[in-house]
Amino acid sequence: MTVSPLSAMAFEDRMATTEFRVSGTPHIVVEGDSCRGCTTRACVIACPAGLFVPTFDGGILFNYEQCFECGTCYLVCNTAGAISWSYPEGGSGVVFRRT
Amino acid sequence: MSSESFDAVVVGAGPAGSAAALRLARAGRSVCLLERGPFPGAKNLFGGVIYPRILDTILPGWTGEAPIERRVTRRATMILTDTQCLSVDFRSSSWGGEAYNGVTALRPRFDSWLAGRAVAEGAVLLTSTTATGLIRTADGAVSGVRTDRPDGDLLARVVVACDGVNSFLAREANSAKPPSPEHYTLGVKEVLAFAPEEIERRFALAPGEGADFEVLGGTGGVAGGGFVYTNSETISVGLVLSVRDLESSSRRPEDLLACFKANPGIAPYVSGGELVEYGAHLIPEAGIAMMPELAGDGFLVAGDAAGMCLAAGIWLEGVNFALSSGAAAGEAAAAAMAAGDVTKAGLKRRYTALLEAGFVLADLRRLRRAPELVLGARMQGAYPALACNIAERMLTVTNPEPKAGLRSIARAELKRSGLRLRDAVRDAVSLVRTFG
Repeated sequence: MTVSPLSAMAFEDRMATTEFRVSGTPHIVVEGDSCRGCTTRACVIACPAGLFVPTFDGGILFNYEQCFECGTCYLVCNTAGAISWSYPEGGSGVVFRRT
Repeated sequence: MSSESFDAVVVGAGPAGSAAALRLARAGRSVCLLERGPFPGAKNLFGGVIYPRILDTILPGWTGEAPIERRVTRRATMILTDTQCLSVDFRSSSWGGEAYNGVTALRPRFDSWLAGRAVAEGAVLLTSTTATGLIRTADGAVSGVRTDRPDGDLLARVVVACDGVNSFLAREANSAKPPSPEHYTLGVKEVLAFAPEEIERRFALAPGEGADFEVLGGTGGVAGGGFVYTNSETISVGLVLSVRDLESSSRRPEDLLACFKANPGIAPYVSGGELVEYGAHLIPEAGIAMMPELAGDGFLVAGDAAGMCLAAGIWLEGVNFALSSGAAAGEAAAAAMAAGDVTKAGLKRRYTALLEAGFVLADLRRLRRAPELVLGARMQGAYPALACNIAERMLTVTNPEPKAGLRSIARAELKRSGLRLRDAVRDAVSLVRTFG
């Protein structure tokens, strides 16, 4: 669990405030192997949901479940073919609150 | 395999899509409004204020029924440094009356209401359904969309893509340029819960009235800006961050936002609220520069999908641009069908004529230099500091030293800032040319 010195709450608790209806099929697939040569790691910094986690061996671990579907990761990715991006199946994914 | 057939399929039940569907239905056309979320607005996030005058023409009488949070009677533009805050704080009680200017809203509620109005006019709303691609005739004209439902092909004479900032349909139709990071900003937002009376006390508002703060500076060196908006029982606070800048920074969005909330100019308004939702969304920032081909054979693009969003410093508008462009697309599609000409030429002529008659293209053209200007390095860093330092020296009483005049303070501060007079003059000229 990572707590930023400036945030009053853990990142996991922050993400837990938003509803995600998780589909069984990932809508974003990250080819962790093609990330090994990447020097920028822009996705790790920029993804607002913090879904891209560097691994000890230089790869990237990705989990699609709490994705805002914003599109930032594919905009910043410099490695061709590393991220394949689509929308989750109808009815699933992020659901912002109505109340 | 069976396929449903409509006069028009509108993809995306946001403000652009619902306005398009409403206009088509009102023209007597069968129209299917597709939404991938479980309800309209489920995927949609903005600051946010809606400038709803355009609704007067689309839905007269909307004021009594739209789910709005507060009427904005106070608009402030704030310039922040780490320790200073300089504001232009404007209030108008007339905005609280019938002629109101902006309203705060939460998109899942607002978009659901608007889609409901399209349904009331006869549109068929299909939720929890993702459009997965375009269907084309042998000669390449768009003739429908594929969806992720079993037997989910939907055929139509015209497809209107209102599928948002990441429009896959506009890209598939080859009408959109490949996305480029410098054309986008990332919005990150927290919704914080407060008692309504506490919101009114903190922002000095009468019940039902709201405030809209737009902020330059305080974004931790990443180009962008901040915002604070009051809803009925929550406060929305967030940042809009240059994607290009963010990717080369070493600060994550939630850390930048935590810093912004802790800034002495912002903290008194937002501290202590319970976080009830965190979210993020891309914003198309580049207007004309990122605008796709607006029409193809059997195909139109509107709203964020068409880059029709205004991000120009004191003017941050998107929902009104989506409503206006969506309504124009719907009207153009209906007129083209009535004339029996849904070719690219037939659709484009009608759509652009309607857009030219309204504010969407005129504003985007006039303010085309604004995003670059506002997100430029000097506007983001040196000028906010200069303005705050000049204000601080003017307002600091230095007895027993006699007072210095504004001109000598400005000259001294300009020198201390390291700014070159030549650049400052050039920026002033572009500011006047853009906003004047």
